Amino acid sequence: MPTDNPTGGPADGSTSGDAPRIVFQDVVKKFGDTVVLNGLNFTVAKGERVTLIGPSGSGKTTILRLLMTLEHLTGGYIYVDGDPLTFEERNGKRVERKPKDVARVRRRIGMVFQQFNLFPNMNVLENITEAPIHVLGRSKDEAEARARELLEQVGLGDKADAHPTQLSGGQQQRVAIARALAMDPEILLLDEVTSALDPELVGEVLGVLREVAKNTDITMLIVTHEMQFAQEVSNRVLMFDHGRIIEEAAPDVMFSNPTEPRTREFLQAVL
Amino acid sequence: MDFFESLLDAWPQLWSGIQITLQLSLGGAALAFVIAVALGLSSISEIGVVRGVSRVLVEFFRGTSLVVQLFWLFFVLPQLGFRLESMAAGIVALGLNYGAYGAEVVRGSLNAVPKAQWEGTTALSMPWVTKMRRIIWPQAWALMLPGLNNLMVMLVKGTALALLIFLHDLTFVVDELRRTEGTYFAFGVGFALYYLISLGFSTVLRMLERRAQRKLGLAPTKAQTAQATAGAVA
Repeated sequence: MPTDNPTGGPADGSTSGDAPRIVFQDVVKKFGDTVVLNGLNFTVAKGERVTLIGPSGSGKTTILRLLMTLEHLTGGYIYVDGDPLTFEERNGKRVERKPKDVARVRRRIGMVFQQFNLFPNMNVLENITEAPIHVLGRSKDEAEARARELLEQVGLGDKADAHPTQLSGGQQQRVAIARALAMDPEILLLDEVTSALDPELVGEVLGVLREVAKNTDITMLIVTHEMQFAQEVSNRVLMFDHGRIIEEAAPDVMFSNPTEPRTREFLQAVL
Repeated sequence: MDFFESLLDAWPQLWSGIQITLQLSLGGAALAFVIAVALGLSSISEIGVVRGVSRVLVEFFRGTSLVVQLFWLFFVLPQLGFRLESMAAGIVALGLNYGAYGAEVVRGSLNAVPKAQWEGTTALSMPWVTKMRRIIWPQAWALMLPGLNNLMVMLVKGTALALLIFLHDLTFVVDELRRTEGTYFAFGVGFALYYLISLGFSTVLRMLERRAQRKLGLAPTKAQTAQATAGAVA
């Protein structure tokens, strides 16, 4: 059981080719006095697609935000390909890593947000090329060629010069997906990416993500209420409640025949 | 006409006063802007000491009188071995004082850029300089311009204090004219000229503001306006 096996993030911090893509080891997250995650352990293999489900406030989004370093890790460790992300164990002590080291590991991770978070001071193409040029040091031509390719993939080949405000929510979210992919992430975090969309726009975004799942081997962590989509795309589903994994299973098992009463109750409410 | 003859006669004097006032305004504004940006950025630094120092400087220069600052720079500093020209002292005092106010405008605008935008930059692993220069600042810029515009107009009027350190600025000249041309004329012209100078600066800043908003897609672009007009005509 992966939940029982927090190893794979070697304590000496050495990178191993066989290390799991993501390891959460004894992860604790508190907001003030509120404990959101209390000693969470789980592992995600390379190329795996894992969907996190559970009632709101169960800590799913916090997990993605911790990986993206948008939240401070209160306790424990997170490893990416065996490399500690924000904290490491050195001589038996828990030490915060230098921003430079954090940045190096974080660069392997991309995220798509519920509210798209496109940059309003740039057009669509610039939104996508900005980070490849200024973070990865790619040439403008190279970055633009790749961006146009990605825009074709998400079905927005004709919108390169548009301003984000001229696009529908679904189109904006597809640009956000292209923007994340332009950084060639090894891990893609999808945080309720269709929750802010009008129902008729959900399909186009999920369609794009299905293609990404099919055509790449990017590891994905997905928080969603779209159970149909979760079932199609993911290899494994983790059911969260009160910051703990209460059940994990392959999607067809989880959605048709969950073991835990709490899971059954939750799925009945959302399906 | 009497009035215009007097104005023509007085113009060389007035013009020299206007030049001093403009020098103080532009110099003071340039310095104030640099200080505002530096202190504003420091005030949101992740390093506590930097934040603290910025806080103290802002409070000090905002909370003490501009006149007293001016006197310190012009009368006290020479006794400590630093002699500043009148013009330099005027520019430094205006820069420090309005820079401290401006720092609050800058800080407020940076904080007003939605958290989602900051998180977007983190998710793309942007280093601080890229994040600030390319994403956060352009958005904050549109937000801070109205506040900076306000301060600019106040700074222009604040330059009048320079006559206290013997600069022959517009206020000084107007006061001279009072003796030769009478109060109505002198102060009437004074009113009008300060107003026109302020108007000039605030018009330029308004243009910058509109341009910044257009870049954020908040105001219609020229192309969109043209399109809309074309649609209306058709």
